Amino acid sequence: MSKHPYRGLYLIAAVLLLLPLVLPNSFYVDLAIRMAINAVIVLGLNLLIGFAGQISLGHAGFIGIGAYASAALPTHFGWHPLLAVVAGAVAAGALAAVLARPIFRLKGHYLAMATLGLGIITNIVVRNEAAWTGGPDGMAVPPMAFGSFEVTGDKPWYWIVASLLCISIWASINIIDSPFGRALRALHGSEVASKVVGVHVVRYKVSVFVMSAMFASIMGSVTALYVGFVTPNLADFFHSIELVTMVVIGGMGSIYGSVLGAVLLTALPQALATFEGWETVVFGAILMLCMIFMPKGLVPTLAARFGKGE
Amino acid sequence: MALLEVQDLSIQFGGVKAVQNVSFSIGAGIVYAVIGPNGAGKTTLFNLITGIYTPTSGSILLDGQPIQGKSPDVLAQRGVARTFQNLQICMNMSAVENVMVGAHLRLNRNLFKAALRWPALKARDRYLHAEALELMRFVGLEAYATARADSMSYGALKRLEIARALAMKPRLLFLDEPAAGLNPKETIEVDTLIRKVADTGVTVVLVEHDMKMVMNLSDRILVLDYGRKLAEGTGAEVRRNPDVIAAYLGTHA
Repeated sequence: MSKHPYRGLYLIAAVLLLLPLVLPNSFYVDLAIRMAINAVIVLGLNLLIGFAGQISLGHAGFIGIGAYASAALPTHFGWHPLLAVVAGAVAAGALAAVLARPIFRLKGHYLAMATLGLGIITNIVVRNEAAWTGGPDGMAVPPMAFGSFEVTGDKPWYWIVASLLCISIWASINIIDSPFGRALRALHGSEVASKVVGVHVVRYKVSVFVMSAMFASIMGSVTALYVGFVTPNLADFFHSIELVTMVVIGGMGSIYGSVLGAVLLTALPQALATFEGWETVVFGAILMLCMIFMPKGLVPTLAARFGKGE
Repeated sequence: MALLEVQDLSIQFGGVKAVQNVSFSIGAGIVYAVIGPNGAGKTTLFNLITGIYTPTSGSILLDGQPIQGKSPDVLAQRGVARTFQNLQICMNMSAVENVMVGAHLRLNRNLFKAALRWPALKARDRYLHAEALELMRFVGLEAYATARADSMSYGALKRLEIARALAMKPRLLFLDEPAAGLNPKETIEVDTLIRKVADTGVTVVLVEHDMKMVMNLSDRILVLDYGRKLAEGTGAEVRRNPDVIAAYLGTHA
């Protein structure tokens, strides 16, 4: 780890503080919120993929669990929205914990397939249980409220999401530079060597999978509460792939790479809107060029080029 | 009582009997060598004792208690450490972090305290970081204190593996070909290092092809051939054994 692990965090915090002053309208505030939400999810996913070396192609499933917990529990059972967020995270974590043991017996392509299946099954459940979830049409989400005070609109959610992002970056840096984080990186570097020094490999894989699932679920809830409406698209396969792409483009095993990857890939489709109909092609071309010229991802490549750590 | 006692140990991979009815015991505090031609089952024997493989039959006793079939992380808690013939260094980490991973079981591994940068956890971490640097000095890697593992030479990585194993504070250390691929000067350095490790009271078991090193270091030697025990004894005894001469050392030795 570098000598100043928090330097980038201070920079990001400063940018987040000043951003509302320069953003011209609510379209950009909305974009910033989406970037930050994705950044938190990608941070959790990068702990799993980049640091621990385990793939998940089904993370949108966990986002869906959080989002639909926030929509369905208050609507059908009158739960407080905050309690629903916690319940969603616990459910996502529990599902991850139960499935992780059989899943992590698998490696490589098989692990990818198993997590892919998990994501798709979640999506199918959400689409078909229309009585609870509104089916393909989605459902409205009761707003987060404390007494008569409702958390709605861009500004409050901007500050909530910005704080969550800073906390997640801080916690991720701390985890990576701790015995827990070293064990994760060690089982990625050499699984047999980490076993021999006493790392309970399965337990660590399960823990990081559960943790990243909970990150995803909480941010799924936040998305639902902020937008006020959920649709099954939130939990679909393409969303999972998009998140993995953010990890890879930003840089596997890079905290700040996760943030950069999320920011760029959230902004890119907007920036490419002028290409009308061709934006998917341009989007794909940019991703391919990135991988050809920066296979380690943006932040690690740039850090190496300018001769210093992150 | 012997520190490690192996009785009638066998493992079979399909039709291949890689280790067959091997028995021996290792007393505490000695340097014990396992030699034999390529494919004799030396590394398989190590993998059996350190929990990578589960034996087909036979028993392995550590302090008189059976440990066969126990997983490597359980054995790590019992003080069994090892290095690998084909390097198993975590190239995605720095040199000193690799050594600190060796201290895994002596660290506070709580995830929530880690996320919150818990002061006691960080203090313990700093202490073991200093200890890891001390171990790197002990194995002669003080120049690599801030190096990344993927920037180090093969010879340095061999010693980094030994430092990582020592960070476990083991009682029993298995070294699988510590001098393989090293030049004569590096071999002598590793030879000296193993002697230094043994002098700290760690029982060392090594697989090695460099006969000079084996004869020089070992208190006792086990000779394997085709998965079977051919001979066992001191260096002088083994060297005189006609079976060993025929199978391994050559008739002119």
